[in-house]
Amino acid sequence: MTTPLIEFKGVTKCFGDRTVLNNVNLQIYEGHVTTIIGLSGAGKSVILKHIIGLLKPDEGTILFRGKPIAEMKRAEINSSFAQMSYMFQDNALFDSMSVYENIAFPLQETTNLKKAEIDRRVMARIEQTELTDAAHKYPSELSGGMQKRVALARALITDPRIVLFDEPTSGQDPVRKNAILSMIAQYHRKFGFTAILVSHEIPDVYFISNRILALYNKEIVFQGTPEELEKFDHPFNDEVIHSLEALQKELTGLYSKRKFKVMNQAQLKRREFGENYCVAIFTLEELNTIITKLGHDAAQEAIHSMGLYIDKHFGPVGGFSTRRRINEIVTVLPYSNLTEAGNILNNFVKDFQTHGTHEIWSVAQKHLTAGKSVEFTVLAGLAQGQPATDIDSVIALAKSQQKVIGRLRCAAEE
Amino acid sequence: MALDTNTQHSTENGAKWRLEILLTSPFSFIGRQVIRWVNNLGAATIFLYLALIKTFRSKQLSKTIQQLYYIGAKSTTIIMLVSFFTGMVLSIQSYHALVKFGAQGAVGTLVSLSLIRELGPVLTAIMITARAGSAMTAEIGIQRISEQIDALKTMRIDPLRYLISPRVVASIISFPILTTVFDLIGIIGGFISGVILLGLNSGVYFHGIQANVEMKDISDGLIKAVVFAIIVSTVCCYQGYYSHMRSDSHGAKAVGFATTSAVVISCVLILVSDYVVTSFLI
Repeated sequence: MTTPLIEFKGVTKCFGDRTVLNNVNLQIYEGHVTTIIGLSGAGKSVILKHIIGLLKPDEGTILFRGKPIAEMKRAEINSSFAQMSYMFQDNALFDSMSVYENIAFPLQETTNLKKAEIDRRVMARIEQTELTDAAHKYPSELSGGMQKRVALARALITDPRIVLFDEPTSGQDPVRKNAILSMIAQYHRKFGFTAILVSHEIPDVYFISNRILALYNKEIVFQGTPEELEKFDHPFNDEVIHSLEALQKELTGLYSKRKFKVMNQAQLKRREFGENYCVAIFTLEELNTIITKLGHDAAQEAIHSMGLYIDKHFGPVGGFSTRRRINEIVTVLPYSNLTEAGNILNNFVKDFQTHGTHEIWSVAQKHLTAGKSVEFTVLAGLAQGQPATDIDSVIALAKSQQKVIGRLRCAAEE
Repeated sequence: MALDTNTQHSTENGAKWRLEILLTSPFSFIGRQVIRWVNNLGAATIFLYLALIKTFRSKQLSKTIQQLYYIGAKSTTIIMLVSFFTGMVLSIQSYHALVKFGAQGAVGTLVSLSLIRELGPVLTAIMITARAGSAMTAEIGIQRISEQIDALKTMRIDPLRYLISPRVVASIISFPILTTVFDLIGIIGGFISGVILLGLNSGVYFHGIQANVEMKDISDGLIKAVVFAIIVSTVCCYQGYYSHMRSDSHGAKAVGFATTSAVVISCVLILVSDYVVTSFLI
């Protein structure tokens, strides 16, 4: 059994008369993306502040790599915490410093690197987080999304082994939320750090999380994978997840994976044997290349736009969609056979090629640097299933039938 | 009948209890205030001690120079202006008082000794409290409420070393220098008022200063300046640093209250400590 990187054993924390954490037990493993979910004010940030050492528990023990922090020597504590970095919910940027100075600050203060090396590292991070134009601006001159990116760049500048993100997507629109989550996932893959997130973005956060911790009534009531959480039978699911999922549908037009499955099962139960339904699957190819060339925001805007067109065409005929992967949308057409679904798909393709690609083109033009070009390729596949057939096998069949339905090449002039 | 007796007893007990509360509440209030004051005094002393021992860590010099510029160099103009007119008004007042006794030759002595021993250190400290001390509290307070201080901690940067230590050291260096500037400009102001405007003999004015001002007067004035520097920087930084723990307010309002408290407490402590230090030095 692997020793957890961080472990809470019976941690209790009170602020005055108010108990925020009560006998909390949790494990966080190295290399994972672990997300803590729960209602606002439930104490999620308090858990993060205990991990980074800003708060100390009233009762219980916090272990770092199996060793209680309370029993560590000062040097040992310092070296443990030096591996961590924290991205605050409200960013906590130094408002009297420029973006460049904010990002360079941890290196200037905690390392003996030469100015040229600091400059190289900071500029690299600024480019990665698409902040080149804002490098010499002050935080108050930036939008909320840009401030988040500055906070993210600052949190990652010291190449930490563990990064704590306190609601990294709060106050962002759906496109930017996904852009930030996608950025975290990409950096996690690239730098291999352990990420601990506090987030409300259900289900989007599931796409990037290996483990979910559910905080409910001052206790951790669930620890496991996002798939296990879907089967978790607890009031937490009704009170927290369902309410957040309803909001998600309103904002993006797409259902959560769990809601999608529930709807699918409900529809199939009503059908008689012999009646068919169809599944369409849409993929935006080479998402990583698009992210590299246009940035996370533009990539998410393209997916978002694709989702809106799918909802526009398939929604009125009873279709319901979910985001299956970060670049993949699945739609179920419960009342259509393959011919009808093919016709609707053709209409969608015509509209998407006429108007949808134009929207994506204008997004690309905004973000593309001079002399560079990028290609968007959208694939779609259809498959027919019967109530008795497992939805996953129908999705797999649709995936194998995928063909290119739209290709758009954007080039910026020199 | 028994019920009536019980009611009478409980009414008597209630009245007795209220009287006890009435008599003891002023004392318990004073007691609580004293305990709070002693707690704060102890905490501020530890705060100062921790800030001072972190002075000699690496990378402190540039921050201290930056604070010296802000607290010291940028306060010079206002100090010169205040001291010039203080010297002029001292000279004019003392001239009109002394001329009645034919002792107007002592104007130079009076102006210089008043400035060097008392007015220089005290007015300089009060002016810096108003200009730089309040800014220290507000700046640190805002950093506290916007979690910038927590951010420093998460980066393993000691906020006491980064924020407090340079300000305390810069104050300890700036206050005596600005006090000296105050004394000199005040004497020049006194000269302009007394000699140029009121017609005193310039030789008499400067001879009075040369003959009566001793090195001890100057050093006592500078010792006071150092004491005031420690008081002002500690009080202002402490109020800002703990602005989030105020019981009377939260957020931006707490920073506002902390700034007011810092200025008021600093001014009162400057005057109280002036008396205490003077009585030791004299």
